[in-house]
Amino acid sequence: MQTKENIFSLLSEIPDPEIPVISIVELGVIRDVTFDEKNIEVKITPTYSGCPAMKQMEDDVRKKLIENGFETVKINTVYTPAWTTDWLSAEAKIKLQKYGIAPPEESTNDKSFLTGKTKNITCPRCKSKNTMMVSQFGSTACKALYKCNDCLEAFDYFKCI
Amino acid sequence: MTSQEALFNYNLRLGDTSLILAQRLSEWTGHGPFLEEDLALTNIALDIFGRGKALLEYAAKTEGKGRTEDDLAFFRNDREYFNALITEQPNGDYAKTIVRQALIDCFDLAFYSELSKSKDETLAGIAAKSIKEITYHKRHSFSWVNRFGNGTEESFNRLQNGLNEIWPYAGELFEMNEVDALLIKEGIAVDLSMLKANWEKEISQLLAKANLVAPEGTYVQTGSRKGLHGEHLSYILAEMQSLPRMHPTAKW
Repeated sequence: MQTKENIFSLLSEIPDPEIPVISIVELGVIRDVTFDEKNIEVKITPTYSGCPAMKQMEDDVRKKLIENGFETVKINTVYTPAWTTDWLSAEAKIKLQKYGIAPPEESTNDKSFLTGKTKNITCPRCKSKNTMMVSQFGSTACKALYKCNDCLEAFDYFKCI
Repeated sequence: MTSQEALFNYNLRLGDTSLILAQRLSEWTGHGPFLEEDLALTNIALDIFGRGKALLEYAAKTEGKGRTEDDLAFFRNDREYFNALITEQPNGDYAKTIVRQALIDCFDLAFYSELSKSKDETLAGIAAKSIKEITYHKRHSFSWVNRFGNGTEESFNRLQNGLNEIWPYAGELFEMNEVDALLIKEGIAVDLSMLKANWEKEISQLLAKANLVAPEGTYVQTGSRKGLHGEHLSYILAEMQSLPRMHPTAKW
């Protein structure tokens, strides 16, 4: 019989399909698992309502669990509580930065994300704070497009929601 | 009408409104005025698609006849769709798309904020998720209305023309029928009459800031609550549904 810890560590082997340096567990989308010897139900929450990677994540979870001895895998999408970047671990944030994506700098508690006034985001390459937002929207739903005024590189910022 | 039937219809109304708006917005993919705006509108369409999917999934569950969200999206005809008429209106130029979006975003933010307090946990959950997304959609559309309105004569004229064309369809967002009456009593639906004054105030402030004038006359085109649409919806559905209708058993 598996333990919950085992299962979470199995699921930690599954990378985020769009940001492969972090796992789907680190991303915070796996909310809970309930299981017996043969059957397992996984509660998963979308990062963004329309995130096209969700289907891929579900398929990956199903495959991983079947490979590890479960016979039926039920994926249950839950919307409450809504996913927030606050669930990204400190470790995941460092991985994002090393990968070239600026991690979310604020907590949603300060509500600055609602007014659109964001702090100066640190350039993930040269660490300068002299950066500007090019667009609130980037290459995927979860990112905004920024540019560093010092090293002149464009970079993605993982939006804070 | 049972409360289950009312809830099914309410979910269809919300789901269809999201789906058709997203389908319209996605027509801009690859045609945006410049790259960042192309990405912006595509991202917004994606969020709204996701909301539509969740709502239609719930509609299918409420109906309880074994249909899926895909069955509802791809195998219903126009008379069985309940999307608000404003969402099926042609995109026109970018100014018209933006002003339509601003009118809808302003309504949606207030609407989903109220819906997040619904006694129906599924609707409340989807609504709470949507608020985060609509917040930045609204920031986007409002800021462009401001920029077009205070830009050049050309951008202002296009914005005013777009507003004139879309305005008669905005009022329908607040229309209520027996479905609303029944579900409001149960603490599930939002009383739309409570949202109107604030919407009007916010929109008139936005228009004033962009030097726009709301068209005179109070004519409101309605019909979607009964499944009555203009010709535009039929063309949207023809395009959206042709592939699954031709290959109904195909799997991705």
